[in-house]
Amino acid sequence: MSIIQTIPIEWYLFLSTVLFAIGVFGVLFRRNAIIIFMSIELMLNAVNLLLVAFSSYLSDSKGQVFVFFIMAVAAAEVAVGLAILSMVYRNTNSPDINNLNKLKW
Amino acid sequence: MIITYMFYLLSFLAIMFGLMVVLSKNPVHSVLYLVLTFFAIAGHYVLLNAQFLAAVHIIVYAGAIMVLFLYIIMMLNLNKEAEPHKSLWIKASAAVAAGSLLVVLVASIKGTVAITPSNEFNPNIGLIENLGQTLFKDYLLPFEVSSVLLLAAMVGAVMLAKKSIK
Repeated sequence: MSIIQTIPIEWYLFLSTVLFAIGVFGVLFRRNAIIIFMSIELMLNAVNLLLVAFSSYLSDSKGQVFVFFIMAVAAAEVAVGLAILSMVYRNTNSPDINNLNKLKW
Repeated sequence: MIITYMFYLLSFLAIMFGLMVVLSKNPVHSVLYLVLTFFAIAGHYVLLNAQFLAAVHIIVYAGAIMVLFLYIIMMLNLNKEAEPHKSLWIKASAAVAAGSLLVVLVASIKGTVAITPSNEFNPNIGLIENLGQTLFKDYLLPFEVSSVLLLAAMVGAVMLAKKSIK
């Protein structure tokens, strides 16, 4: 008995949508830059889950290979992003992204 | 039947811990809740016959990326609840915007037609043999380019985190 006969693909679509919306909510809701990074990770994982679900339902391994590439890009993004964040913290002494509004107008 | 219950349980855990990531005050708690969310998503991968990807997901995300987050939080000494809060107006508009996005996406998904798989069902596609065949036959160039990306990210992170560049 496999999950494909049991659970329709729409449920995974809804689950990924909810996780993605939680990530968007976190980006808009918080001011701490680290939590914003974590929300971006949550959005990437919602997309990964959807890719794996479609790859499994369509019996096509290409979707799972794409998840590997997304993981590589996420690792690179986190390394560079946290380096930028530590530099920002060294200059402003705060993780608050509202200090970074010099380019606003 | 047990698969359905597992799906419900893992989905509930993923959504609840995802909300806790956003709503908890302490950044260290947020990181730990995000690790739990990743474990729930890895459980979904196992349910979807992607066993190797589940192992890689736990190793890369829960093992490497989250440790990096925790390391930065400890190094910058951010583990206190000193975050200045946004005004209530901005918080309410953030909730409304995210909720509207959710409603729009769900409505557009509901309007789609169901897909029919063209291949016949194969439970072995998540095993490392098939993934390696696909990765090194069809996606060899993106694989090499991603190694260049990781090298560039490493050099960039070192350059950015240095105290002063002479």
